Amino acid sequence: MISRTQKSVRPGETRARRSLYLQYMVEPFFYLSPAIILIGAVVMLPLIIGISYSFQSIELLKPFAYGWIGFKNYVDLWSDRKFWIAMENTLFWTFWSITFQFLLGLGLAMLLNTQFFGKKLFQALVFLPWAVPTFLSALTWAWLFNPVIGPLPHWLAALGILSEPYNILGDPKLAMWGPITANIWFGVPFFAITLLAALQSIPGELYEAAEVDGATPWQTFTKITLPFLAPMIAITVMLRTIWIANFADLIYVMTGGGPANSTQILSTYIFTTAFRKLDFGYASTVAVALLVILLICAVILLWLRKKLVKI
Amino acid sequence: MSAVKKTNPALIVGKYAALAFYLIFALFPLYWLLKIGLTPDALIYSEGTRLFPSEITFSNFTTVIFQTDFVAYFRNSLMVSLGAAFFTTLFAAGAGYAFSRFVFAGKRIIIALMLVTQMFPLLMIIAPIYKVVADLGLLNSLTSLVVVYTAFNIPFATFLMQSFFDGIPKDLEDAAMMDGCSRFQALRKVVFPLTLPGLGATLGFVFTAAWSELLFALMLISRNDAMTFPVGLLTFVSKFSVDWGQMMAAGVLALIPSCLFFIFIQRYLVQGLTSGAVKG
Repeated sequence: MISRTQKSVRPGETRARRSLYLQYMVEPFFYLSPAIILIGAVVMLPLIIGISYSFQSIELLKPFAYGWIGFKNYVDLWSDRKFWIAMENTLFWTFWSITFQFLLGLGLAMLLNTQFFGKKLFQALVFLPWAVPTFLSALTWAWLFNPVIGPLPHWLAALGILSEPYNILGDPKLAMWGPITANIWFGVPFFAITLLAALQSIPGELYEAAEVDGATPWQTFTKITLPFLAPMIAITVMLRTIWIANFADLIYVMTGGGPANSTQILSTYIFTTAFRKLDFGYASTVAVALLVILLICAVILLWLRKKLVKI
Repeated sequence: MSAVKKTNPALIVGKYAALAFYLIFALFPLYWLLKIGLTPDALIYSEGTRLFPSEITFSNFTTVIFQTDFVAYFRNSLMVSLGAAFFTTLFAAGAGYAFSRFVFAGKRIIIALMLVTQMFPLLMIIAPIYKVVADLGLLNSLTSLVVVYTAFNIPFATFLMQSFFDGIPKDLEDAAMMDGCSRFQALRKVVFPLTLPGLGATLGFVFTAAWSELLFALMLISRNDAMTFPVGLLTFVSKFSVDWGQMMAAGVLALIPSCLFFIFIQRYLVQGLTSGAVKG
């Protein structure tokens, strides 16, 4: 690239210049256009249509009430208790999922950064949950929490955490921990993989120097490892936050948002409103609200990326 | 770190305990799936919490395969996932190549837009997509799923492919072009063979993503003979909600393709997951 663009074009070589212009302005789009057209038609256009839906009444079950209704959906949203519950649940779900995924992922990455017997096999097995299709993770954990078929309620009861072996997915107070557990199980490998890559890029000399200077393992961890990992941690956590806040599959399969909306997060609320009630207008309104929240997150993320990653 | 080091025995024990914890946490749910799938129906309740069944049977597996629509779901999912993987990889390779090799007007904007599509909730467009697909008369068709999955996966696949192209020295192409190849010829004859592993990894990623997608498939497909695997398994679960052994056997079978692909793409995991985050 550099060698070509730096080639100087003498004045008078208009044809050459035009062909260069063609080459650099048009040719990339020859490679790009299928991707752009498809994303435009299947993602961007529906996005715009979706935003316009949020100002309309589109309930498939009430075809005669179609039409533009201005901000009515948004007014309804503001006073919709379910929406605020879902908002609170989204925060709870995202925060605890991220926290545990990150801590366990960091631990696993640090273990994998040391030497031990059978490491390759261990790594393949520990990363396996990541390969399990999400609907299947959800079903598996739903079954594990079912006292008829799964051992977890009995173990929890034996440990005294539950008074008797019952299904926590049916208990409004505890139900959210079911999908969160499944999410932790599913998400730890992701954090471990990204953090392991970052760990391996820390120069080994630093640790040797620290050892020579008599640093304790804790000091090495806080003074070398963490500062080096910080950019990767920030980016991964932000990306994951957005992703988990959107992640409806686990909850939808495990609890469907119930009992009594105690596990309803914004994205499952969008899906149930669209899929069960067929109220596309209102579903789009909730979606726009979620989009605004996530855009704020995304702006922070892009800003962080710029600040932290200097490539 | 230095190879010879004074090691504290307590630390070693702690380390192996931690390793064991992670291993059990990762594998136990899958083991349980397999265990219930293999337990004869008569013993499921009486041996509910036993770690090992006293007897095993493969009847759940054979019933699922031969007496349900399972094979049809499997075939539908395979077709959708392979179709989406093929087209995504093709288009993403083109886009990734453009990002890797050209500087052009609008590049930053396109990259930013692609990043944004990775971030916004895809569920947000489930209603418009349903209406458009319905108006086109494509509900219950696998084609609509292939198109939707292809579009959804292109951004991530593009960043992944870009990182693979970035890893191939530009001099190789320049040399070929110096020798009289057009850029396209250089791409085909020089770059393409070198990027085969990257193409394989992208195929694998998209395949696994499409294989496990549930919500759009649930929305767009309602006819039994067009159901993909996740949708089929969910209806299976709600229809035969008492037959635990068969459900879990179906679950184990659903695991097989994604595990195969996972083994195949594992080498590229780090590259794939980090490229979207730090490149661009």
